[in-house]
Amino acid sequence: MPLTPKTVGHIARLSRLEIDAQKTVFHAAQLNHIMQLVDQMNRIDTTGIEPMSHPQEAALRMRDDEVCAENCRQQYQSVAPATQDGLYLVPKVIE
Amino acid sequence: MEWEAVVGLEVHVQLRTKSKIFGGASTAYGAEPNTQACDVSVALPGVLPVMNREAARLAVKFGLGIGALINRRSIFARKNYFYPDLPKGYQISQYEAPIVGRGTLQIETQTGTRNIGITRAHLEEDAGKSLHEDFHGMTGIDLNRAGTALLEIVSEPDLRSSAEAVAYLKTLHALVRYLDISDGNMQEGSFRCDANVSVRPKGQDALGTRAEIKNINSFRFVEKAVDFEIERQIDRIENGGKVVQETRLYDPDRDETRSMRSKEEAHDYRYFPDPDLPALVLDESFIEKVRSELPELPRARKARFESEYGLSRSDAAQLTRDRQTADYFERVCSKTSANPKVAANWVLGELASALNHHNLEIADTRVDSTGLAKLLDRVADHTISGKTAKDVFLLLWNSDQSVDRIIEDRGLKQITDNAEIEAVVAGVLCDHQAQVRQYREGNQRVFGFFVGQVMKRTRGKANPKQVNELLHEKLK
Repeated sequence: MPLTPKTVGHIARLSRLEIDAQKTVFHAAQLNHIMQLVDQMNRIDTTGIEPMSHPQEAALRMRDDEVCAENCRQQYQSVAPATQDGLYLVPKVIE
Repeated sequence: MEWEAVVGLEVHVQLRTKSKIFGGASTAYGAEPNTQACDVSVALPGVLPVMNREAARLAVKFGLGIGALINRRSIFARKNYFYPDLPKGYQISQYEAPIVGRGTLQIETQTGTRNIGITRAHLEEDAGKSLHEDFHGMTGIDLNRAGTALLEIVSEPDLRSSAEAVAYLKTLHALVRYLDISDGNMQEGSFRCDANVSVRPKGQDALGTRAEIKNINSFRFVEKAVDFEIERQIDRIENGGKVVQETRLYDPDRDETRSMRSKEEAHDYRYFPDPDLPALVLDESFIEKVRSELPELPRARKARFESEYGLSRSDAAQLTRDRQTADYFERVCSKTSANPKVAANWVLGELASALNHHNLEIADTRVDSTGLAKLLDRVADHTISGKTAKDVFLLLWNSDQSVDRIIEDRGLKQITDNAEIEAVVAGVLCDHQAQVRQYREGNQRVFGFFVGQVMKRTRGKANPKQVNELLHEKLK
């Protein structure tokens, strides 16, 4: 099923990406080219094959429960556009 | 038409880890904003998550506690949504293969015992906090909480009323406290609940359309929010309307739920396995080690309290409701020669009411188990009467003195010397000839008067049993 420009607009909005409405047609076409590859793979019979979640057969390495991070607030906030009272400030989000 | 409510709960439990699930920042509550937000918490480009073993251990502990399937191989997935308190743009969670599979939780309500299915429990990271107060039209973001380890416990839609929802939640809360996997502090958000509520005509198998209620942070609110939502849906259907699937927010100030339209399209989370995190593989030795560390769980402990201490079912249930109270009771029993039933009465009576009165948890009690044990010993060995013991308890609560010191200093020691009591009894009878005549003429009620007089003269310290015996003897 090809992607429609409308779907592209929806995905962009979920990701908070600003895409010109006219450009959605262009992006839909490009994405559909990529999706053709997916379609081609989808035609392969995968009956009985367990889906792979990770390309390597590695198991997760775990660490001990220790606090090892220092407080770097000042450095991190020095590159933030706006801060106040130790908080990062962002455009208002209202629930 | 008769309606039936169908409720399922999703509970987020903050796991008791010192550091975050994928980063090394502290999880301590109440720090200055963003001082516990490390590079992973703020999602600096290029950082990689490294899993905290303790979070896996606590999740497995929970799974074993509800007799659930533990998945030897579980997968972390990205749950994508955009919100400023989630700097990566996705939450690391588990989707298709959670660490804990199907299990059950037994609950008790006034209508009886029921097994409630638990669909799954999965590990995930918490988001930060958004503060919408006065920041000149901006929103403030504190990422201290971002990345804290959570276990999301999802129940089957097995609950049929708000009472059952509350019972489930309380049982689950007690369990996580017993297992010591979380501090369970609801005020600090360590135990949060969302409820899925739907209604259907009684007898119908198919489920109705459900609404998800967010922001329920106390046992009382669960009851109110679920009740409100059930009523709202029934009203709606009976008035010819339809329930729409949506997310609703519970507002405790107005005691109502209302639609959160903004959440609607965000439900498209586009989950996929997180390429940064290979599968979480647990070997048998890891699981068996956790199993060997499991404490006695509430149900088993309750049964043991009944058999080992000879307690009534209701006393055993009340004492084992939380682990701290049960531990306290057992510590008292191990230190006193008094009957465990007496100890139970004291813990559930005087101690509970003092805690209640001062709005304290048992961890903050001012009479420790040693003090209470000593007090019960002094009743058991007849040093003081049960009535005096209640006064001593209050004195003990309000001072740092020992039981024996209080009894000694205030001269509360019970008079058990028969000769001494006999002298007082004789004096009372001698001074109240008229009442003695009445008694001998058959007025039994005067007996209480004599007891009262003896107690008055001994300032309540005479052993009541001996007083009774001596009076009976003298009045024969």
